[in-house]
Amino acid sequence: MRSVTSTVLTLVLFTTYAGIGALAHDTHFSLGWVLASTLCVWAGPAQIILISTLGSGATALQAAIAVTVSAIRLFPMVVSVLPMMRTPQTKRRQLILATHFVAVTLWVECFRLLPQVPPERRIAYVHGLGSGLLLVCLTATTTGYGLAANLPELFAAAILLLTPLAFLFSTARNCRHLADILALLLGLALYPLVAMFHTGVDILISGASAGTIAYAVHWWREQE
Amino acid sequence: MSDWAAHFIGDWHALLVLLLAGFLPNEVWRMIGLWLGAGVDEGSELLVWVRAVATAILAGVIAQILVLPPGALSSVPDWLRYAAVAGGCVVFMVTRHSIFAGVASGEILMLAGKWWLG
Repeated sequence: MRSVTSTVLTLVLFTTYAGIGALAHDTHFSLGWVLASTLCVWAGPAQIILISTLGSGATALQAAIAVTVSAIRLFPMVVSVLPMMRTPQTKRRQLILATHFVAVTLWVECFRLLPQVPPERRIAYVHGLGSGLLLVCLTATTTGYGLAANLPELFAAAILLLTPLAFLFSTARNCRHLADILALLLGLALYPLVAMFHTGVDILISGASAGTIAYAVHWWREQE
Repeated sequence: MSDWAAHFIGDWHALLVLLLAGFLPNEVWRMIGLWLGAGVDEGSELLVWVRAVATAILAGVIAQILVLPPGALSSVPDWLRYAAVAGGCVVFMVTRHSIFAGVASGEILMLAGKWWLG
């Protein structure tokens, strides 16, 4: 069953990146450009934001602001996943590559897989996992770019729906505490409310408030 | 050969934009995490909060794709998108947290709904 779930996540990653390749093709970026973006940005939502803002004529500065905001979510991911890889002997520079590989899929997979890996081997394990996922994504980007021409609308819609479904269930599966479950549910519920105000940083506002409320409930229960 | 390379890479200006607007904004947050995260204990209360915020932000991205769908997904009616996800959730629960069953049934519901609508 474990191998099936990894296959599904890899499949989802593949389709997400095929979608990014297709999007880049339709917005007239070169194949080299989009491959470089997969290699060095390494965050699906950020790449989608970058390509669609630049493609719709935004300035580099406007695109940079939108991407910076979307990328803030990488910070808590890094902070929460690194302690699993760190041993008392670990130097900070040994974690730089592993830190670069942190993105949502790797983050989810680390919580699932790392507990079964001996602590001193975890950095090497993450390097292997990260390179493997990167290779899958580079292949997918190329495939999507090549297929780009014209996806039938229904097929394209199905590919786009894969992303929320897979992210939703893989996150739900990895909720270990009450705070995580509440954060997921509140985050889903608050976003549509916050989005009505069109602040431009809706996801940040709903995420920070939903996460904090979830933590407050957790804290309050601990006190009892 | 040089023609092919020029076509593959495109213009250098676009690559510079990628570096400044794509690579740096992401890498900065990762490295801040690496820098400030040092010495934070895995089970600490701070991390419980940080993880809750990260989870809620991801939940926001999920909700955004469903509420304000990009491109082709906007051709699917609102109620059908929500019904497909709700159906997927039910199957996910019933199958004791099978990601595959949840994703597959959500997709099938959406495709069946689109087919039924014609």
